[in-house]
Amino acid sequence: MADRVLDIQDLQVNFDVYGGTLKVLNGVNFHLDEGEKVGLVGETGCGKTTTAKSICKILPVPPSRISGGKILFKGKDILEMNKKEMRQVHATGISMIFQDPTASLNPVFTIGDQLMEAIKYSSLAEGLSRAEIREKAVHALKEVSLPDPERILENYPIQLSGGMRQRICIAMALATQSQLMIADEPTTSLDVTIQDQVLRLLGELVLEKDTSTILISHSLGIVREWTQRVYVMYAGSMVETAHTKDLFAEPLHPYTKGLMDAIPKLTGKGIAQGIEGRIPNYLHPPSGCRFHPRCPKKMPVCSAENPPFFNMGDDHYVACFLYKEQN
Amino acid sequence: MSRDVITAVDLKKHFLTKAGTVRAADGVTFSIRENETLGLVGESGSGKSTVAYTVMGIYKATSGKLTFKGKDITIDSDHRPKQLKKDIQIVFQDPGSSLNPRLSIRQILDLPIKVHNIADKKNRDNRILELLEMVELPPDYMYKYPRAIGGGERQMVAIARALATDPSFIVLDEPTSALDVSVQAKIINLLLQLQKELNLTYLFITHDLSLMRNMATRVAIMYLGKICEIAPTAEFFKNPRHPYTQMLLSSIPVVSEDEESLKPKKIISQGEIPSPVDVPPGCSFHQRCPKCMDICSRVDPVTVQIGDGHEVRCHLYS
Repeated sequence: MADRVLDIQDLQVNFDVYGGTLKVLNGVNFHLDEGEKVGLVGETGCGKTTTAKSICKILPVPPSRISGGKILFKGKDILEMNKKEMRQVHATGISMIFQDPTASLNPVFTIGDQLMEAIKYSSLAEGLSRAEIREKAVHALKEVSLPDPERILENYPIQLSGGMRQRICIAMALATQSQLMIADEPTTSLDVTIQDQVLRLLGELVLEKDTSTILISHSLGIVREWTQRVYVMYAGSMVETAHTKDLFAEPLHPYTKGLMDAIPKLTGKGIAQGIEGRIPNYLHPPSGCRFHPRCPKKMPVCSAENPPFFNMGDDHYVACFLYKEQN
Repeated sequence: MSRDVITAVDLKKHFLTKAGTVRAADGVTFSIRENETLGLVGESGSGKSTVAYTVMGIYKATSGKLTFKGKDITIDSDHRPKQLKKDIQIVFQDPGSSLNPRLSIRQILDLPIKVHNIADKKNRDNRILELLEMVELPPDYMYKYPRAIGGGERQMVAIARALATDPSFIVLDEPTSALDVSVQAKIINLLLQLQKELNLTYLFITHDLSLMRNMATRVAIMYLGKICEIAPTAEFFKNPRHPYTQMLLSSIPVVSEDEESLKPKKIISQGEIPSPVDVPPGCSFHQRCPKCMDICSRVDPVTVQIGDGHEVRCHLYS
């Protein structure tokens, strides 16, 4: 069995705000093996980005507070690391690509400044001169197929297009040769043809470098084409996980089914009704299964107890009482 | 026989900027028949919204002709008669910024009713309740403010506001692109139902081709201010002809094998949409086109008819 790069156990994250505590992550369980590409999908506000930021330990404290659980990165709990160890993790262990490349690049520094800084603080740069670091930066830009890398190093983010900026973020994330990469909706702000290019590039590069990757997206289509295993998240916890091909062939959780039905298809058979209601208020989340107020198949037990993961075989787990019998 | 509600002939909208002339819409020709949905699809910067705003009169067309039910409406909104404004309405992309945060839903819906004299003073609230019912919102939403309701519900209010004047033609400018798919499904179904009930005609602007497959009667693809292909929906997806359309279709991520088989053969997409200030000579797509020929960089292709209602602007077919 491959090594486990990341293992999140029962992670709980709260946000203290005026008026109470937002119970955002409600026992997240998640794992990732070496070289694996895993997708994380769900609606806006279901906690995808909060999960990603917890892994990188970059959630602002306060208001956020990790109130329970473990995040094991290569066997060591990130939550118990001190600043120095954490810096090491950021430098060479985990890198992240954010949704909006415009907001994640600093507008007042050149691309070169920012890219070379990332390389400088990774272990790769030990004992290297400035010229050698620059060379590495040029190489990183070449890898993401940007034309004329020497010139781009001198450019400011505003001089580049959205697609190019996202390529730079990818170059930055990959230049440090991290073991784990988290791509948080890397193509949401891009057009479909550019999205296609960026995802293809990202796919080739992580395959080449054998980087373990978490792809966060609200687009099931992207996840289907890109990942080996998928987690579906709803209101702060995982509701279903399976191999990508199994999940798309036979989604089990009512939420996953609802999401799949709601997507407009090229086959043109019309659009299903979608899912009634919206993501719950985290100040007073529903009792039991957090999906029950919107669920078309709710049972009395759903509002009383939080469903555990039921094993449906072949790495397919679903957190829904409908499948309790079959277990 | 259905008649044309909106026709645009060689519609142009150029903007003068310091960097040069931006040809945002550069000779757009289309017509929309009664009770039809024309899907206008393109990447950002292709000029979709410019076309929509010109139709609305928010921009004054640089040249070309725009008619609404046979009447010339190539004038900006300041000079349009009130009746015309009543007949043509728009729903914007982001309901967060298109609804006034300081007004209650009641005030938001009341304004168009008052301006266009849709109902007398006593019956205005009844009309508001009727509108809320049409978009399936509970009556007590009248007293809420936009910030207190969800994104999907806000878009429902924006749709209700557009319906308030009893229009016959609505421009939908990416009404669901800021929303989750589960909410999008609800809004799209509502729009389709309203179209049937109220005999509406839509110009639907989007970048989502899968959505158009399920919503539009006809689809038009825009690239750098020009329409490069237009066809009835079924034909469009079965038989896409323009290399750009094929590239777009093959780039869509899909969720099932059935859909995969409908996509054209994988075309590796390359390059980005050039700046509209500096449009390439000849066919504006030639630098990204996998089937580029000699002529493409020199001569701008003309639109040719290749089937029933299927028009394409490409040298491959001329």
